[in-house]
Amino acid sequence: MTKKQKKVLRRIIMAAVLMVGLAFLPLGQPWQFLLYMVPYIIIGYDILRKAWKGILNKQVFDENFLMAVATVGAILLGEYQEGVAVMLFYQIGELFQAVAVGKSRRNISALMDIRPDYANVENDAGELTQVDPDEVAIGTAIVVCPGEKVPIDGVVVEGTSTLNTGALTGESAPRDVTVGDEIISGCVNNSGLLKIRTTKEFGQSTVSKILELVENSSMKKSRSENFITKFAKYYTPAVCYGALALAVLPPVFNLIMGNPASWSTWIIRALTFLVISCPCALVISIPLSFFGGIGGASACGILVKGSNYLEALAQTKYVVFDKTGTLTKGVFEVQEVKPSAAYTKEQLLFYAAHAESYSSHPISKSLQTAYGQSINRDAVTEVEEIGGHGITAKVEGHSVAAGNSKLMKKLGLAYAENAGIGTIVHVAIDEAYAGYILIADVVKETSKAAIKALKAAGVKQSIMLTGDAKPVADYIAAELSIEEVHSELLPGDKVEQVEKLLAAKGKKDKLAFVGDGINDAPVLSRADIGIAMGAMGSDAAIEAADIVLMDDNPLKIAQAIKISRKCLRIVYQNIVFALGVKGICLILGAIGIANMWIAIFADVGVMVLAVLNAIRCLNVKHMKV
Amino acid sequence: MKKTYKIEVDCANCAMKMEEATKSVDGVKDAVVSFMTQKMNVEFEDGADEKAVMQAVVKACKVVEDDCEIYL
Repeated sequence: MTKKQKKVLRRIIMAAVLMVGLAFLPLGQPWQFLLYMVPYIIIGYDILRKAWKGILNKQVFDENFLMAVATVGAILLGEYQEGVAVMLFYQIGELFQAVAVGKSRRNISALMDIRPDYANVENDAGELTQVDPDEVAIGTAIVVCPGEKVPIDGVVVEGTSTLNTGALTGESAPRDVTVGDEIISGCVNNSGLLKIRTTKEFGQSTVSKILELVENSSMKKSRSENFITKFAKYYTPAVCYGALALAVLPPVFNLIMGNPASWSTWIIRALTFLVISCPCALVISIPLSFFGGIGGASACGILVKGSNYLEALAQTKYVVFDKTGTLTKGVFEVQEVKPSAAYTKEQLLFYAAHAESYSSHPISKSLQTAYGQSINRDAVTEVEEIGGHGITAKVEGHSVAAGNSKLMKKLGLAYAENAGIGTIVHVAIDEAYAGYILIADVVKETSKAAIKALKAAGVKQSIMLTGDAKPVADYIAAELSIEEVHSELLPGDKVEQVEKLLAAKGKKDKLAFVGDGINDAPVLSRADIGIAMGAMGSDAAIEAADIVLMDDNPLKIAQAIKISRKCLRIVYQNIVFALGVKGICLILGAIGIANMWIAIFADVGVMVLAVLNAIRCLNVKHMKV
Repeated sequence: MKKTYKIEVDCANCAMKMEEATKSVDGVKDAVVSFMTQKMNVEFEDGADEKAVMQAVVKACKVVEDDCEIYL
């Protein structure tokens, strides 16, 4: 409890004790009035002050005003006990709500809190000192002891250990690291002492980026939240005028009809009406539900950038996958080297690896791995990347073209067809076909299960888009039982395909695109929901995406959909529950069945129940698919 | 230009009112107040004096919710 809350608690206890004491005293006027005013002022002075300030500031219709009018009204009508009790219970409810909301807010924040508090830097004397991660410059050597969080991204320069990536990915699969390995901040060092040379500033490190992303997520409001904002804007004044009408119209009608006006009955009813009407339950529980859902998802390694995306995710009917790095591991290995008669295998690899040496594409990496020797970049000039085709370059004076069959066609060269299933890099040296290199990618273990789980989760269609050759694409699609495949697409074609799908789908259905590469950024932002694979994905893709899967596991997509559905179910439950109970109580209050006690329940009780329900959103860790 | 400020506010409804009030201040293009993270994102109009605008924002917020704090 905060200081403020403790103070309120003391006031509640004091007022309650006084009130109980007064109930036993046989008092006549004016003592009764004066003595009851003591607990009333103790418990309600701040409400009265706020209500008064509200009136001065022309902000009349708030809860303070409602409570002040209701209790002052009760006291003027001689219902001292009731007046004090209403104020007392209102404060108890408010306190309970503040504590419950504060607690769940902290719980959720703690769930997302992967912020490292310090970095161990060796000073001139060789001693370790703890410094603020923000103050560590790039290239500083920092030490991470067992049990500590890695504060900043870097490269291991000393020591071996296993890292726990659980805080980032939601899966506590240990990862072995040794000298030369890149490690990302937010992981926990499990065993050995590690010395790391930082490669980024703290602000640019993975952990900061994730924190920023998650903390800003509640800034993007969902449609349900916007609905409530609009609703509250009209609702509160409407209820106030309703109450006014309830207080004035029936007595006036009575007078006209020649009956006794019974002002006091109708005014009490109007006041009850006011207490019931407070919109707080709705206003608090809906953002809290989304916040809880986002927090729960991030504990599972699914980062959602905004409530609106969590909402859209629940209506996902089409999931479009990029192939490489998404459904497959993106780890290409050279499977076969087939040179033409004029070259040896080593020569072919040499030229291909050099020509591709400036490319960041996974294929280039696997060529370099297969080549096995260091690349002499000085020997490579005039590198030109032809999107969707390949690369041309000059290597040691020879013009080399390395790429797919389209590139060979473009160059007007005959090439080996039906070479095998996989990515085929055809190589031409000095305008003559020199052979091909077969590179195959490995399908992720969970891809098949992921497609199945999506189907089970009600996704109508999974579609695969790839720049890869048709045989490879068809082979993988068949293996994963994906019905629709579009292959040999240029980066621009992917956007076009997604546009087509977007145009064809139903209005309420949402389309999600899952990708990882730089090429995907335009598609990620074009789709209703862009999902990026986090750990392996590029920074650009993560920036463009709406949802980031930290551990690259496609199975998490179905899990994310389930989480979002649960969250939305709770949101709708709260809307219906709060509005329903309030609606019923309002009617009961208007016809005089509901008294002030029921009114307080309708206000505070509904709010507390809605908050407790909202907290269930956090509980998604067990929702494995 | 966008800036984030830490705030302190007790109820979600009040946060909503602060958001409305902030949006109507001259020099503010858009504003979002998050009750959950107790933060306020303000997007300023081009060329607006950020300090002066924030003073006005604090004033406007105090009008709708006396009990709020904005840490500039």
